[in-house]
Amino acid sequence: MTEEKKVVIKRLESAKVLGKFMADYYYELDNASKTGEKKVAWCTSVGPAEILRAMGFLVYFPETHSAMLGSSRMATDLIPKANAIGYSPDICSYLTADIGAYLEKVSPLAKVFKGIEGPPKPDVLVFNTNQCRDVQDWFAFYAKEYNVPIIGVHSFVGVQDVTEAHVKSVAKQMEEMIPTLEEVSGTKFDIDRLREAVALSRECSDLWKEVLDTAAAVPSPITFFDGTTLMGAAVVGRGTQKANDAYRVLLKELKERIERKEGALENERFRLYWEGMPVWGRLSAHAKLFASLDACVLASTYCNSWIFSALDPKDPFTSMARAYTELFIVRADAPKEKYIRDMIEFFKVDGIIYHDAKTCPNNSNCRYGMPQRLEKETGVPYLTINGDLNDLRLISDEQTKTNVEAFIEQLEERKAK
Amino acid sequence: MNQDKLFVGTDVGASRTKVAVIDTARKLVGYAVRKSGTNFTATADACLKEALEMAGAGKERIAGAISTGYGRKNVSYAQQTRTEIGCHAKGCFLYFPMAITIIDIGGQDNKIIKLDENGQRTSFKMNRKCAAGTGAFLEEMSPRLDIPLEDMDGLARKSKDMVKLGSFCTVFSATEVLENIRNGKKVEDIVKGLFYSVIRRIIEMDSFTENVVMTGGVVEHNRYLVTMMEELIGRKILVPEHPQLTGAIGAALYALEADAVYRDA
Repeated sequence: MTEEKKVVIKRLESAKVLGKFMADYYYELDNASKTGEKKVAWCTSVGPAEILRAMGFLVYFPETHSAMLGSSRMATDLIPKANAIGYSPDICSYLTADIGAYLEKVSPLAKVFKGIEGPPKPDVLVFNTNQCRDVQDWFAFYAKEYNVPIIGVHSFVGVQDVTEAHVKSVAKQMEEMIPTLEEVSGTKFDIDRLREAVALSRECSDLWKEVLDTAAAVPSPITFFDGTTLMGAAVVGRGTQKANDAYRVLLKELKERIERKEGALENERFRLYWEGMPVWGRLSAHAKLFASLDACVLASTYCNSWIFSALDPKDPFTSMARAYTELFIVRADAPKEKYIRDMIEFFKVDGIIYHDAKTCPNNSNCRYGMPQRLEKETGVPYLTINGDLNDLRLISDEQTKTNVEAFIEQLEERKAK
Repeated sequence: MNQDKLFVGTDVGASRTKVAVIDTARKLVGYAVRKSGTNFTATADACLKEALEMAGAGKERIAGAISTGYGRKNVSYAQQTRTEIGCHAKGCFLYFPMAITIIDIGGQDNKIIKLDENGQRTSFKMNRKCAAGTGAFLEEMSPRLDIPLEDMDGLARKSKDMVKLGSFCTVFSATEVLENIRNGKKVEDIVKGLFYSVIRRIIEMDSFTENVVMTGGVVEHNRYLVTMMEELIGRKILVPEHPQLTGAIGAALYALEADAVYRDA
């Protein structure tokens, strides 16, 4: 009988620092929610967090809660609860899992952090539809439940080139949020505080970019699967000094690995790029599957989506508008393809894995012929796996495994040629 | 002594287990096919025994064994595993050494594999989560129509006025079938409609290159599907002598190539 290869996933020491950051973050939010000492704003993951920080809000990001519902594999049992009240199983399973958890009064936060029962109560909900339209509907549910204001930015979609018109429109929408935020927070808006938040956010973005760029080393000191958990601070902590401090520790460890020529995998034979959402409930299984084949999934569009190089404290609104519109997810296929071509080259990629996430059409970029076009242009082969970010009913593990193994066999044949 | 060596490929599929035994000249000297059942290890063992009997050989002549298919990890005598994608490609290229597109229709999944003129795999695709268009679809329909699976091919050939089914879904297709029965449609026309549904699901999966090869258990037992596919794509389709065995043969070929003595000889 053939034995399954035993795989040991190497952990980064500094993951503990990032873990502590996340714990402190959730306890601070929980305290604010219970005591009312500070106001809490809910924000979409690439929403205008800097403005909220400048107004003194603590900022909570429901998408991270949904990702936790996915990775704890609670989501699949909760999604049907949201389906039952009218949210289709075909729409975003972040939304359905989160609303299901609310209806059932359960939360992975309660399992991980002693004393926390669930997400903090919001005082205001702030979205940016640059992610997708679903975030607006998701927040609208909570606006009604908690009877709090909902405001947001309606972004452009399919943007070819980011023009002044795009930027002006988004910047204006951001400025127009201020009166509501002043009213909820009881704090007068101060442009200098926004400049500070934007400067810290930019610093966080630069550090996170530096972290992810270490994967260009051969062997790579970091995997995509590491990145999906380490990115927590870039999502929830951008605009804070603590997040930046945590990333400095991580960066140091990664640079040390590079110096020692120590890879994230024991034996890196293939270098892969991940396009699309992670399958949260299978992070560990996928990490082991690829590692068992000596294939390092080392870079992704997903983790790189929290890099906002356009942020500029000198011109906070305009630069935020630009940064949040330049994003991959907002763009047309041509700029998206250029982005991936650059990534293939920079990270010296042997193959691309596209995740076609059933409930996330907005972030499944394999549905309009992109993989075929890119393969033709670059010669880098691809594999599409069908699955979902949170709904495990949409996943066939055996199919995924066979497909991934067959893809690696194909890469082996190419190398042997 | 090389000519005495035998190589075994075992393809434990979702529906059937196939074992192929080849000699050093890559000639198929024994094979067996059985229902995979619930004990893959025992089924593979039984298939091996039967295939070796056909080859007139004992186990001592086995110089290498590789397993493939869903149950590939459950084969007691295999030294290595390969995916069925690689094995089907290998098996087909033995019979058709040219640039080909392979369509394999299995019990629960369909595969489209493209090879270049050197047998190098350039791409592959499997059906998505749904088993529409696979053997499972026909297996589901057979009791609905009260027709043994083995009679379907003969019936489809008799059809003069095929019934087209609209649904992707096996269960909804069954509803459509019932509706057609109620409306007095002939069984052979419905069966041909089922075959047409199978090949529609396949042509939706990928584009084909010039030379197309069809394999798999469904093709082995329903050759009319090949004729229908030829009519649909407008060219001749290649079918190996044992289309159900190509995965197992491919696994045996991998075992032969892995054999150090053979390589050195």
